[in-house]
Amino acid sequence: MIGGLFIYNHKGEVLISRVYRDDIGRNAVDAFRVNVIHARQQVRSPVTNIARTSFFHIKRSNIWLACVTKQNVNAGLVFEFLNKMVEVMQSYFGKISEDNIKNNFVLIYELLDEILDFGYPQNADTSILKTFITQTGIKAQVTKEEQSQITSQVTGQISWRREGIKYRRNELFLDVLENVNLLMSPQGQVLSAHVAGRIVMKSYLSGMPECKFGINDKLVLDKSGRSDDPSKVSATGKSSIAIDDCTFHQCVRLSKFETEHSISFIPPDGEYELMRYRTTKDISLPFRVIPLVREVGRTKMEVKVVIKSNFKPSLLAQKIEVRIPTPLNTSGVQVICMKGKAKYKASENAIVWKLKRMGGMKESQISAEIELLPSDKKKWSRPPISMNFEVPFAPSGLKVRYLKVFEPKLNYSDHDVIKWVRYIGRSGLYETR
Amino acid sequence: MTDSKYFTTTKKGEIFELKGELNSDKKEKKKEAVKKVIASMTVGKDVSALFPDVVNCMQTDNLELKKLVYLYLMNYAKSQPDMAIMAVNTFVKDCEDTNPLIRALAVRTMGCIRVDKITEYLCEPLRKCLKDEDPYVRKTAAVCVAKLHDINAQLVEDQGFLDQLRELLSDSNPMVVANAVAALSEISDTSPSPAAQMEMNQQTINKLLAALNECTEWGQIFILDALSNYVPKDDREAQSICERVTPRLAHSNAGVVLSAVKVLMKGMEYVGMETEFVTTLQKKLAPPLVTLLSSEPEVQYVALRNINLIVQKRPDILKHEMKVFFVKYNDPIYVKLENWTSYPSATQENIAQVLAELKEYATEVDVDFVRKSVRAIGRCAIKVEQAAERCVSTLLDLIQTKVNYVVQEAIVVIKDIFRKYPNKYESIISTLCENLESLDEPDARASMIWIVGEYAERIDNADELLESFLEGFHDESTQVQLQLLTAIVKLFLKKPTETQELVQQVLSLATQDSDNPDLRDRGYIYWRLLSTDPAAAKEVVLAEKPLISSETDRLEPTLLDELICYIASLASVYHKPPSAFVEGQALVVRRTQLPVRSASGEPGATGATESPVPQQAQPVQQQQSVIPSHDTAMGDLLGDLLSMDLNPQPQQQMSMTPAPQQDMGGMDLLGGGLDSLLGGPSPVAGMPASQASMGGGLGDILGLGISSTTYVPPKQVWLPAPKAKGLEVSGTFSIRQNVRYMDLTLKNNAMAPMGDFAIQFNKNSFGLSPASALQVPSPLSPGQTADVTLPLGTNGPVQKMDPLMNLQVAMKNNIDVFYFSCLIPIHLLFTEDGQMEYANQTSDRKVFLATWKDIPDSNEVQKEIANPNQLDPKGISDKLQQSFIFTIAQRNVDGRDMLYQSLKLTNGIWVLAELKIQPRSPTMTLSLKTRALDVIPQVQQAYELIIANM
Repeated sequence: MIGGLFIYNHKGEVLISRVYRDDIGRNAVDAFRVNVIHARQQVRSPVTNIARTSFFHIKRSNIWLACVTKQNVNAGLVFEFLNKMVEVMQSYFGKISEDNIKNNFVLIYELLDEILDFGYPQNADTSILKTFITQTGIKAQVTKEEQSQITSQVTGQISWRREGIKYRRNELFLDVLENVNLLMSPQGQVLSAHVAGRIVMKSYLSGMPECKFGINDKLVLDKSGRSDDPSKVSATGKSSIAIDDCTFHQCVRLSKFETEHSISFIPPDGEYELMRYRTTKDISLPFRVIPLVREVGRTKMEVKVVIKSNFKPSLLAQKIEVRIPTPLNTSGVQVICMKGKAKYKASENAIVWKLKRMGGMKESQISAEIELLPSDKKKWSRPPISMNFEVPFAPSGLKVRYLKVFEPKLNYSDHDVIKWVRYIGRSGLYETR
Repeated sequence: MTDSKYFTTTKKGEIFELKGELNSDKKEKKKEAVKKVIASMTVGKDVSALFPDVVNCMQTDNLELKKLVYLYLMNYAKSQPDMAIMAVNTFVKDCEDTNPLIRALAVRTMGCIRVDKITEYLCEPLRKCLKDEDPYVRKTAAVCVAKLHDINAQLVEDQGFLDQLRELLSDSNPMVVANAVAALSEISDTSPSPAAQMEMNQQTINKLLAALNECTEWGQIFILDALSNYVPKDDREAQSICERVTPRLAHSNAGVVLSAVKVLMKGMEYVGMETEFVTTLQKKLAPPLVTLLSSEPEVQYVALRNINLIVQKRPDILKHEMKVFFVKYNDPIYVKLENWTSYPSATQENIAQVLAELKEYATEVDVDFVRKSVRAIGRCAIKVEQAAERCVSTLLDLIQTKVNYVVQEAIVVIKDIFRKYPNKYESIISTLCENLESLDEPDARASMIWIVGEYAERIDNADELLESFLEGFHDESTQVQLQLLTAIVKLFLKKPTETQELVQQVLSLATQDSDNPDLRDRGYIYWRLLSTDPAAAKEVVLAEKPLISSETDRLEPTLLDELICYIASLASVYHKPPSAFVEGQALVVRRTQLPVRSASGEPGATGATESPVPQQAQPVQQQQSVIPSHDTAMGDLLGDLLSMDLNPQPQQQMSMTPAPQQDMGGMDLLGGGLDSLLGGPSPVAGMPASQASMGGGLGDILGLGISSTTYVPPKQVWLPAPKAKGLEVSGTFSIRQNVRYMDLTLKNNAMAPMGDFAIQFNKNSFGLSPASALQVPSPLSPGQTADVTLPLGTNGPVQKMDPLMNLQVAMKNNIDVFYFSCLIPIHLLFTEDGQMEYANQTSDRKVFLATWKDIPDSNEVQKEIANPNQLDPKGISDKLQQSFIFTIAQRNVDGRDMLYQSLKLTNGIWVLAELKIQPRSPTMTLSLKTRALDVIPQVQQAYELIIANM
């Protein structure tokens, strides 16, 4: 298992070093600095083997986190753990930065002692950790009941939620966040498109509520025998969607999902990501980008880009940004656009065109004249035109059908819970070649 | 309050200052001081001088301070073992604390202090904590057992902690179960002792599967990793395990998903091939694998490395998911490069898509990436014949870009395409020739020269082109020089008239002006060929070349199977077996084996690569050779035999394997013995087997009937009559009263009587030699048979043979000398003193166990052997003992009987065995361990023979 964990700043100075196993010596700290952080050539793999010692590293902002081992460990586990570690630290003291780490080094050691034992990851759920690892140290006088409550939660079956939570108002916020990814050929042919979606929940519920969540997944609907009901046609014009694959927060009972296709769980308190999913079929692409590039001689280029919005006219897209790459030898650019603002950014070698909002079924265009310096360099390989936006619907067509809450012990029912649902579709990598 | 100030301490007198603060009365000040100490420790300063002062702070009810002191202790206890003892009392006291968090903390920390005296004190508290009422303490204690095992394995075994740990597998708390599994797996991985092995039976598996649904994500990984080592007893069990593991594929933790994939990949092997179950399972595997590719880049990288393995093993899984491997513009470079893994699975259907994508990549910025893209296009061409034309035109387009490294890579690739599809695409040669000047890399230059040479007859100015290369001949790399030499010779053979000068020039450059022996040799060979026999030269130089195949970057099947067992682990990231990067760790062989597929598992319609997996998947690393081997073995024998020949007749050598007549040395081997042979049979006194000269019937009885203790294989015809002018020799080997015999039956099929028999052995692997002369009733009249026994000694000259057990024999009679060879059954060489002591009475050492541990685990080989009569352990043990395989110990584990056995060969090699017998099963599992791996197949065979035949 994991033999040690080191945290370095961008210069390679050690901020945290915790060794769990005897086979890892002090020189391992230096080996990683010399061979990876200070390596002459940029290291091209997150896993490095130096003198029979393996280093796994991730870099967050300019902080390096590295796990060391001499054994044949589970690599998936190590990286997942490093990411978890980052998450835990962030929830304790915010951004991962050199100052924050130095300011909290005692806390970090305490956390490392708790969540890794002999290199084996233990419960690393922040909500539970916070009950007994606090920045002010453990309150000296905790009652015996409290102590056993802590330990039973750390090791318990529902390790992500503590008991005895109470809210005056039981409330639920449900966000369906989707990233649409697209790669389109200049001729308008879709080369690849997929939606990576997340369902993020904020739950403020009392007690130990049992939740059941339903979406318009084709598999579920077909299974329960409901035929496509025309009255339920969603914004994108279909009643159910085919989900390629989904993964769940550890609170979801996976075996139940496997057998009954129902998503049931006892939610953690506060914000968490309930589910991730991926779809590739029948994606409604919110925008189409039509580029026209004409080379006028060796020193001039004309670019015209049209964007068309493709959703209900009543909806509004926001934060639209189109990025048109320009050749490296560009000397000057004249831009004309009817809407929004466009600017040539020489440092980024691109024309950036921004639109605050745009309705559905509309069209907008930009044209630019690019002057080039004569150069004998090889032909410029044109990077794709990329786009950013935000739309108030789920491009995959996913709909939340229900979210039921049951709490048998406390006397509030499903109707008493206030539920909010929001759909946001964002651009992931939305590119046209 | 911020802690960063502790990192900036004053330099001078720092330690002294800290000392003062540590001994301060004020709690706050103490804590501050300890923090400063820890901060200095982190940046690498030596603060061990403060040991006593820090330990003094340990007695506190402030948990934060306590944790800091413990942290310090863990770091420095080893360097100050005597001082560390001071802390023991506090630890022991803390283990009794009412607060479970403190109890756990104490046990956790104590296990991290690697000081013998402290570990002694650890045992009692640990035993208590393993039974603690609080699950948090139990789960901590479970890991502590693994820590203790790492420090002192013997102690853990002696104190019975392993049994306590096994009990925790049925704990009510899932996290305790998970930690116990992790600890047990680690212990059984590192300890070779059979007692430490993690025995898994159906009940344990069920418990683990139940805990799987309830424990933390990390716990699930521990359990899944342990599950993957379990060998299900039949299809149904394998299937039910797979069914219960499948839901894990939807977990958000990539580690859980990958470990589940590992269990399923192994499970599918056990289930068999063409079942519907496997097909559906394969379908279920694809989406989660694809989803892994949208996680963090580092996890993506691990996933891609594993997908590479999975796709090689089961190409069907991702065949419809080509698109997800298309590279995104801002992926990190290691992810981009790894995305190549999927491209071997390009097929006719998706080739258009793949090619379009590859062409796009070839215009990227990163040089490495572009090169790989171009290479991949070439691979597609070689793999999918229908697409070759498309690929070639794509490559041509790329060459038109004139980007230097693209052109060079493309030319290297095109050379391979020419070799795969000769006489198809040569029309593009002219385009290639245009780019001659821009090539500056040896690979590309060599490829181009090869093309010019190979197709010299189609290139009008081939001579000019090659001549231009020749100008800077000495500045070229060897690879290019060699290629150039060959190309010009080819050119000369094709167009002899115009190029005579050129060839002269290159030959003199290569032979006279070069220091490179390879180049010079090749030059001389060509020169001589050309000057003596141009026709032969043509045949040699312009010979047809074998077509190249496409599977160049695949892993070897055995390695692949081994790596499949290591999915998700580092081994799968490196694509190397763990032994290649893990130091001195004992690796248990069973882990690395995929099952041999049952009869139902023929390659199915899916076309996966499904050859049965060889038993010894583990690459042999520290193979000790039994006997010094000489390449000249055959030569020796030949020499020996020739010297023995009375009237040599060449055709008789046909009975021998063809041997190069290289070394005629070693003539003296048989010299002495031969003289005595020629002098006539002279019985050696003192040999108990002088009955050998008795007649047929009696010999039969002696040979096979009475008192045959060891298993004697039936006689085989070693020398058929037509090969030996009418003498037929058949024989076998046996042991009687601790003497080894060769039992021979000689039959005279000729028309004339035979006499003057003599026999001699060549050097052989175990030094077998006749202990007395051959005593045959002489003369042997036509039609008569004689049974003779020849006592054998084991002190003869030794030489390793191939095959190992081969024995080459020369037999002489009054007519001629005949040669034949036979195989020695290895059990002939088992000695009666092969019983290893289980425990040495005097020194109380467990000899057998110690020897077992001493032999590296890589030297362990496992095999299923048949038990057709379904003998019980007693019967087996008795039978084996008759053949000098001794049972040392016997255990019953979960209804299976384990026999631990030893045997010794005449040359002193020990072989240890573990025989696992399942009641009422027609097979049993035999694990052999020895330092001399060569003998293992033979010993396995001996086991099978003895058990099957008695």
